[in-house]
This record gives sequence, C-alpha cells and structure tokens, in this order.
Amino acid sequence: MNILYDERLDGVLPKVDKAALVTELKQLLPDLEILHTQEELTPYECDGLSVYRTAPLLVALPERLEQVEELLKLCYRRKVPVVARGAGTGLSGGALPLEQGVLLVMARFNRIIEVDPNGRFARVQPGVRNLAISHAAAPYGLYYAPDPSSQIACTIGGNVAENAGGVHCLKYGLTVHNLLKLDILTVEGEKMTLGADALDAPGFDLLALFTGSEGMLGIITEVTVKLLPKPQVAKVLMASFDSVEKAGRAVGNIIAAGIIPGGLEMMDNLSIRAVEDFIHAGYPVDAEAILLCELDGVEADVQDDCDRVKEVLETAGATEVRLARDEAERVKFWAGRKNAFPAVGRISPDYYCMDGTIPRRELPGVLKGIADLSEEYGLRVANVFHAGDGNMHPLILFDANQPGELERAEALGGKILELCVKVGGSITGEHGVGREKINQMCAQFNSDELTLFHAVKAAFDPSGLLNPGKNIPTLHRCAEFGAMHIHHGQLPFPELERF
Amino acid sequence: MQHDQDSTSTLLEQVNHALNHAIPLRIQGSNSKAFLGRPVAGEVLDTRCHSGIVSYDPTELVISARAGTTLTEIEEVLEAAGQMLPCEPPHMGHGATLGGAVAAGLSGPRRPWSGSVRDFVLGTRVITGRGKHLRFGGEVMKNVAGYDLSRLMAGSFGCLGVLTEVSLKVLPKPRECLSLRLEMDVHEALSELAEWGQQPIPISAACYDGHALHLRLEGGEGSVQASRQRLGGEEINSAFWQDLREHRHAFFDNTTPLWRLSLPNNTAPLDLPGTQLIDWGGAQRWLKSNAEGELIHRVVMELGGHATLYSKGPNPFPPLTQPLLRYHQRLKSQLDPLGIFNPGRMYAEV
Repeated sequence: MNILYDERLDGVLPKVDKAALVTELKQLLPDLEILHTQEELTPYECDGLSVYRTAPLLVALPERLEQVEELLKLCYRRKVPVVARGAGTGLSGGALPLEQGVLLVMARFNRIIEVDPNGRFARVQPGVRNLAISHAAAPYGLYYAPDPSSQIACTIGGNVAENAGGVHCLKYGLTVHNLLKLDILTVEGEKMTLGADALDAPGFDLLALFTGSEGMLGIITEVTVKLLPKPQVAKVLMASFDSVEKAGRAVGNIIAAGIIPGGLEMMDNLSIRAVEDFIHAGYPVDAEAILLCELDGVEADVQDDCDRVKEVLETAGATEVRLARDEAERVKFWAGRKNAFPAVGRISPDYYCMDGTIPRRELPGVLKGIADLSEEYGLRVANVFHAGDGNMHPLILFDANQPGELERAEALGGKILELCVKVGGSITGEHGVGREKINQMCAQFNSDELTLFHAVKAAFDPSGLLNPGKNIPTLHRCAEFGAMHIHHGQLPFPELERF
Repeated sequence: MQHDQDSTSTLLEQVNHALNHAIPLRIQGSNSKAFLGRPVAGEVLDTRCHSGIVSYDPTELVISARAGTTLTEIEEVLEAAGQMLPCEPPHMGHGATLGGAVAAGLSGPRRPWSGSVRDFVLGTRVITGRGKHLRFGGEVMKNVAGYDLSRLMAGSFGCLGVLTEVSLKVLPKPRECLSLRLEMDVHEALSELAEWGQQPIPISAACYDGHALHLRLEGGEGSVQASRQRLGGEEINSAFWQDLREHRHAFFDNTTPLWRLSLPNNTAPLDLPGTQLIDWGGAQRWLKSNAEGELIHRVVMELGGHATLYSKGPNPFPPLTQPLLRYHQRLKSQLDPLGIFNPGRMYAEV
C-alpha cells in the first residue's frame, strides 16, 4: 500500500484552482514569499523520510504572524489543505506535502524573544532550532532538556508538533514535560493561547493535547519552554555483554537499585561494528551488546552513583565496564551512539529507521522476534535502543535500487511495529505517526478509539484542512489494511503468548 | 488492603443507561475533592466499586490501577518497593481515589521540580460519551501514537469521560531527604529562590509561610549534605510537607475564603488584601481573603496567572477567554455529545 495520499482511502481532497489561489494570495499578501514553480518546489517534496515525495501545490514562507493569519483565513475560505513544516527533519513524513495543499514553512520565525533566568523560561518563535535555545540559555547556566538527535537542525515548533524526545527522556521527560505555553492559530486563523506562564492554566489541558498532534489541530506560532539548571557534572560508563538478554536485565537492575540515569542506551553487535568502523569510539567489536550509562547531577552524587552502577553491571554479567576517563572520552563514547544512524548508512545503501516502544522486560523476546523477521524477509536489522525508556530504533538495511527491497523493508518495519504493539508497546515513541505509520495505527487502536480521535480532530478542524491524511487513519483505510493483513490466513506471531 | 474488584461492566452499564435516558452523571470516588468546582446535579456514579492494582513492576517504573483504588493503597505498595508518586497528589480527605486524584489533577509540593500529575500519566482507560470502554496511551514511557487523550483527562474533572484505570510513571525515592527552616522576609525568600533555581541545588519543595522559608532537599547523601551546609538554617521534620499538601498547616485553619493563585514563579509579593502562603517556590500562592473575586481574578491574570476559589462560591474556576471557552464547548460536545459527564462541574457552559 503506497504511503502517498490516497483519496480512495484517506478521503477526497478539495480540488484547488492553483492559479486563482496564487493570484489572490499575491493580492492579499504582496510581501509574502510564495514558491510555486516546479524547480522551486522540489526541495520541499519531502521531510526527513526522504523515500516519499510529493510536490506541494505551493510553498508559503511567512515572516510575520499576520501573514500566517491571513493565509489561514484564505485557505479556510477556499477549502485549501495546509501542511505545516519546520526544518523538515521529521522521520515519519509528518510534513510530507499534498499535491492539493499549501506547505506552510514556519522556519523564518527564528527569533528568541526572551530568556528569563529568574523565571527559568524562554519564549521563542516556532522556527528557532532546538539547540539554539540551549545556547541562548547557556550564559545563565540553564538549558532546554529535550535533545532529539537532530537538535542542531530541528525546530522547536516541530518538536512540539511531534512531542520530540531524545536520549535523556527517562530523567528529564519529553517535549510535553518541558513546555509552559503555546500560542497557536486555529484553522480559521484565530489566535489562542494554551498553557500559561504559570505552571498550569484554567480549563482542560489543551497544551498536552496539542503537543504531539502533528499539525492536525492548529498552527504553532510561539512556544514558551522551561529551562533547567545545567547538571554540574556528567559521567559515562560503558559496559560490554556477551548477550543482549544480560544487557537488558542489567538495565532493569540499575533502575531497581534506585538510580535514574540521565541517559541509558543499548546497541547490538551489528550497530557496534558499524559505529566502530566509522567513528572509532573505542567500542568493543566482539561484544554482543553494549550499554552506555550516563549519570549526571551534583558531583558527589554522581561519583556515588557511578560506583553503584558499576557494581550492578558487573553483577549482571558485564564482561567489561569502563568509565570514561575524562570529558574527551565521554564525548567519544557518545559520538559513537549519536552517529549510529549514519554509521549504519555506510554499511548499507539505504536504511529504514523504526521507532517502536516496549515495556523493557519484553526486550529479549522482541529482539528474538526481530531476528526471526529479519531472516524471514532477508534483510539485516541493526538495533539501537533508548534502553532506559523502552524506545527501540531498529534500523532495517536495504538497497532501494534492488527491485522490491524498499517494499520488503516497509513490510518488515510494519511487522516489527506490530510486534511492539503485541507486547504492550507503541508503534512510535518519539518520531510520530505522520504518513509513515498510518497503517500501523490500525494495529494499535480499534475503530472506536480511532473514532474518538476523529472526534477530537472535528472539535478543532471540522473540515479536515490541517495536515489531512496524517496521524489518524480513516476507518476505511483500516478496513482495507486489515483485509490485506489476514490475506495469508495467518495471525501474525502465532508463537507469541497473548496476555 | 481493600478488595480488588473489576466492575467495568457495572460502570459501563450505568453509563449506557444514562446515555439511553439522557441522565446526567455525577462521577465520584470518595468525594474528597467535592469542595472544588461547581456542584453537579445528577445520578451518582461511584467508581469505588472498581478497584485494585492491575500491574506494578518496580523495574519498569510503572503502576497501573483501577480508578477506585485508594491513593493510600498505591502509596503503600510503592513505599514497600522504595518508590513513590513524585507529584505527591493531595488526598484532601479519607479514602481519596486514584481516579479522583487524576481527574482533579492536583499536585503536591514537589510539583515544580518533578512535574504534575498530568506529567506522570502514561495511559488511561476511559468510558466515553458514546458508551465505549477504550484505552489510550499505555504502560510505556514514550508513546506519541494518536492524540494524547490520557494527559487531557488529567485535570478535566470527569467532564470528558469516566476514568476507569490509570497507568502512572513512578520513580525511586531519593536516598536522602532533609528539610530546613530559614528565617528571612518574603522579598529575600523569593530572590533567593530565583537564584537557587538556576543552580544545581537539590531543592524539591519550597514554601514561605509568612515568617520563614521552608525547604526540602532530596538527592544523594553528598549533594543534600553539601547544600545543607551551604544554606544553614535549622532542620525541621519533613512531615511539614505532608501537612502542607493536605492543608493541615495552621494557615488553612480558618473560615475566610481560600484562593489558590497559580503564578509565574518569579512574581513579586502580591498586593492583595488578606494573608498569603507561598508554595511551589513561588508558583503557587494561597490567599485567605474577603476581597471580591473579580479583583482577585483581575490582579492575578494581569500577572500571567489565574486564581481558583477553594471555598464555596458561584464560579470557583478562573474565567476562560472567548476562543478557549468555545473550543472547550466543542471538545465537550464531541467527546460527550449528550453532556452526561459531570455537566457544569468546571464551567456552567461546559
């Protein structure tokens, strides 16, 4: 089933008279930059999920709030779909354009409006890069905690839309835990503020509802984030294991010892070797799995925790435990993990990154399931895992130039996500559903649950103009997907016990 | 220990009966939070028949329990495993239930540092306004599939559906906990808090009671002891924080109308008639005052905050702006089309 918008399954899009729309836009907003020729549109055909491409009807690059307001009002009046986009680094096709829709690029709203060290917050425009917030807060000893691996490029507006995570989520939370306030524009171009400068706001928690809503409920125009004092010190332990099961158990044991690491990452042998070839991070290439455990906070506590974690790791059967000697080695250990994706990119022409989450205790069974699927589909899978919070990133290796391999990779990916759902997990931990996982939503939610999601959408965007075809599948699509699914007359994963 | 009981079908039947006959429901657990919000006229739907811890695995840092489970039972089970609900939800009475705590969304003294009840919600099971029992979110730390209806339920006072089960993230208790009392005036207290807030000091509660600043330090032995040396003051019993959370502090012992003011943490001392107690390091202030509600709402909103009346009164919750109220109504009518769940509990129009 193709990932691009399918009117048969996703609902009929309004036909838009492009020439008339461009003319009216130019009349109404003469200083708004719009791109509409084929060569101008090409760079905007995809987001970070680059295997899927559609040229938008036109691209709008507003710089002032009034332009966004007027654009939305016009699109609402003319029934033109609108897809919002930040830096376009998303990995789930959430900002994949629509042929019949406007791509609203918010990247030029890149001003940090205010950093208040006493209030410990920063007020920024949605196009500000994640890392730029921490840079602006650094002179005060503060930082913005969520750190998706694309933080050098991704924008805060996109982070909010996707409820982005990172490697420090277990201790410091996701985007939703680090926000105070959002200013938004509704589909009708009306201003609304969600949340407050205070820690809570009157009424329903619409701030939580909007976070992670993938541009389906409104357009984010300003974000107020919480800032935290920078941890005084951070230390990293690297432990090697001769089996992934032992590494998985060690993770549970660390937490059972009452320690919440700042970061806790696992990599399997294929990932370790790919990374070591690329980065020379000093990883043990013979290990079946390594754990990277970062402990941060006040110096005295961190030293104490390091000793405890070292003992836990050794008791759990680690073949080697190394404490990064200094900051340079700590950075090197992390560089390996942070470059795991490009490292895997070097050993395979293409790779496809999954984002399932599972209860941690299910790790050995799920890794076994992935290995079996990998064999069944004839594609290698490298496993990188935010072990602390149960977020897996299996990387499926394939070659898009080989006929059928992309389709096989997609099918394998879908199976892995369904396996995550089976054990009580989720199809996406931090990358979002977007267009990519629209079919797997049918595995995670039943039709009553999807109907309720559609009801939420209807409260904010009854005509379905904001990012249609993303995040929540139509029941029609799920019926089709389900029919396709039992095609071979077999339940997926018959070997698994069902609880 | 109370009896574990799965009464899903009973609750579902009662909701469907109410839906079929358009009977409004007043959802309640032990009624410990009944003092907060507007009165609801309707048939009582008591969630206490649906109780018990469904799953708890300390190494997963997740507990799932039915809505009618008492907070006390949950706290005892967590305590036995050396863990806690970091957001310290207030009981406000005997027999307070998990469902009520999440629906009210109130958090205790650790809130500014740990996060709110909403922040710890991972998943919920809900009976909807279409008479279905559905699951949103789950038992995993990260889950961005679909809209975040679980966290939306927190603090919605039962107006969007009946919570039947909640999964919460829990955390290990800190190894060391120590509380201090430091005499200073209110200006000094707020300016010290602003400065300490920018430093890695393990503060996990901060209250100014009109005479002295009370601090709780939590973390490893090293950081707590070092901060204790640095900050000085006299050591006090940490039971102070439970008393504060449950409004058992002498400040609350009075019949003057009580207001909760939620403010940016660095707001200067407020010029309002009455007496005040500062919690949450400045972000939550309690006001006992006979002043007009209109005045209090206006002053607090101008400062970027909002005020809630914790005593009897016609409109206890702060007014919503026009577009917000409209979207509250739209959301309510989508999720509860017949308007049977706690109608008017938060706002007359919702």
